Amino acid sequence: MTFRKLLAAPFIFWIIAGTVIPLGVIGFYGFTTRDRNFTFENITAIFTAEHAQALLLALLLAAISTLICFVLAFPLSLILRSSGLGQKGFMVFIFILPMWMNFLLRTMAWQVILEKGGLINAIITSMGFEPLELINTSGAIVLGMVYDFLPFMVLPIYNTLMKIDDNIIEAAYDLGATHKRVIWNILLPLSIPGIASGVTMVFVPALTTFVISNMLGGGKINLIGNIIEQEFTTSANWNLGSGLSLIMMIFIVGSMMLLSKLDKEGEGNFI
Amino acid sequence: MRKKKVLLAGVALAMAFLSMVMLSGCGHDKNALYIYNFGDYIDPDLIEEFTKETGIKVVYSTFDTNEELYPVIRNRTASYDVICASDYMLEKMLEEKMLTEMDYDQIPNSEFLMPEFSANIEKFDKGAKHVVPHTWGTMGIMYNTEKIPEGSVKSWNDLWNEKYSGSIVMPDSMRDTMAVALKAKGYSLNTTKKKELAAATKYLIKQKPMVYKYANDAARDLLVGNSADIGVIWSGEYIYCQELNPSLRFVIPEEGSEQFIDGWAIPKEAENKKAAYKWINFMLSKKAALKNFDYLYYTIPNKQVKIGIDEKFSNDRVIFPLADDLKSNEALRYLGPDGDKLYTDYWKEFKSE
Repeated sequence: MTFRKLLAAPFIFWIIAGTVIPLGVIGFYGFTTRDRNFTFENITAIFTAEHAQALLLALLLAAISTLICFVLAFPLSLILRSSGLGQKGFMVFIFILPMWMNFLLRTMAWQVILEKGGLINAIITSMGFEPLELINTSGAIVLGMVYDFLPFMVLPIYNTLMKIDDNIIEAAYDLGATHKRVIWNILLPLSIPGIASGVTMVFVPALTTFVISNMLGGGKINLIGNIIEQEFTTSANWNLGSGLSLIMMIFIVGSMMLLSKLDKEGEGNFI
Repeated sequence: MRKKKVLLAGVALAMAFLSMVMLSGCGHDKNALYIYNFGDYIDPDLIEEFTKETGIKVVYSTFDTNEELYPVIRNRTASYDVICASDYMLEKMLEEKMLTEMDYDQIPNSEFLMPEFSANIEKFDKGAKHVVPHTWGTMGIMYNTEKIPEGSVKSWNDLWNEKYSGSIVMPDSMRDTMAVALKAKGYSLNTTKKKELAAATKYLIKQKPMVYKYANDAARDLLVGNSADIGVIWSGEYIYCQELNPSLRFVIPEEGSEQFIDGWAIPKEAENKKAAYKWINFMLSKKAALKNFDYLYYTIPNKQVKIGIDEKFSNDRVIFPLADDLKSNEALRYLGPDGDKLYTDYWKEFKSE
């Protein structure tokens, strides 16, 4: 028994050092002024126009990215499910492959591609058209989010779809269901746990990102992540940065709680 | 079976924990020299040469902006022996007593320094006791003569010309970006008058839809690569850019500009000051200073450099300006916590627009 307790020690240390202490520090900074006096100002600061705007924009862009990820991932998972065994592993492999490369590098690659003097515009102008405004827009940020986070949507949905018993689908066909109906009334409802965890895994990082918006937004589009980052760097106001981070945590925990109700099987746990 | 799994997980975590402890244990090497510098701000070969010459191991880290450096030194998130920062940030650090007074006996090469460039430092640090100059430069406008007629760009206000909409690059650094707008409006770039700052902020917001990108180090690449036609860069970048793209021109606007001096300083908490002096002395040596000039093309205020480099450079007024040129420019000053707050508030207003 004592041996077992000993084995738990690293876990406990991990939780304390990795979660409890940092949370405590953020909480301390978030509820104090620079002179170490207690205050709520860092929390209520979210209601000022510039912060609220950045938060709303971040929510909007994250929601759009999540939706696009889902629209791409669900049909793909269906295709993966029904394709032959040999190909299946390969297809999943192709989708996970970019994740082995550093995420900063992948985003930087988009910079090179989308720049006005970049790859796409070089092709467009060589055909005699005017160059397009691709980078430094909200659209570029959404593209970056979708590209970076799509695998997190595909894998859990694919996983739940794979677990659905073939007999259920066959039964549906036997009872005269059309292809469309099988997808709509059988496969979609049964894959909701996977969709829920996929949505969490895309929505949360997309909501808090500042790297993607920095690199593809050209410093013109300010998401809540950028504001928090700037509080820690440019403004050197760690208190306000921590206060806003606490607000973000409410949003993250809230969305996770909401979605975990749908994800009873815990598909999200496998990554 | 389950027991085995628990055991395995426990062992794995214990190993992760152990490796973490070991890694952090050898985190700070007492004998090594910890340097914190702007990215790409010395010839990287010099680090190895320094180690070869002195036998001191160097741990070299870089940052992007002064504002990133400050909290690291302030909150002692990491201990550095020698840092390089801009004048206004060094002023702030000096005011908060974060810097060591230099022992110039340990820096014999300081005799090569050109005192006329130290005027910025003298303003806050009499006799430059805490800061040893590394580079000098001014902010200016670079434009592409294929798109914009040569000689037509003279003023900061040309960055607000709607003809160039969508191809303007502006800095993404609070004080520098504000300085461009303040100078365009004819104000001092150290103003703390709310009216002037509000006008500059409004002017920046007006410009925002016309700006292609707010970028610091990437600005030159955008101009060289024809992604942008006009942008704000530092004087040191222009020779490099012109070599890559001959149709680029550099101009220091008639309203006067921001000049800076970046210098080496030793934080109070430095653990290896002796090695820090050796590093600073090494940077001022003829060999290292010339190498840095060839790498950076920023003005190195060092007599050996002025004599040692090609005449086309030493006679270039952008690189070795005359005394009058130095006078018409302004340097950023540290404005105190209230001034800082004022700027960050206006900066945020502009950023979130």
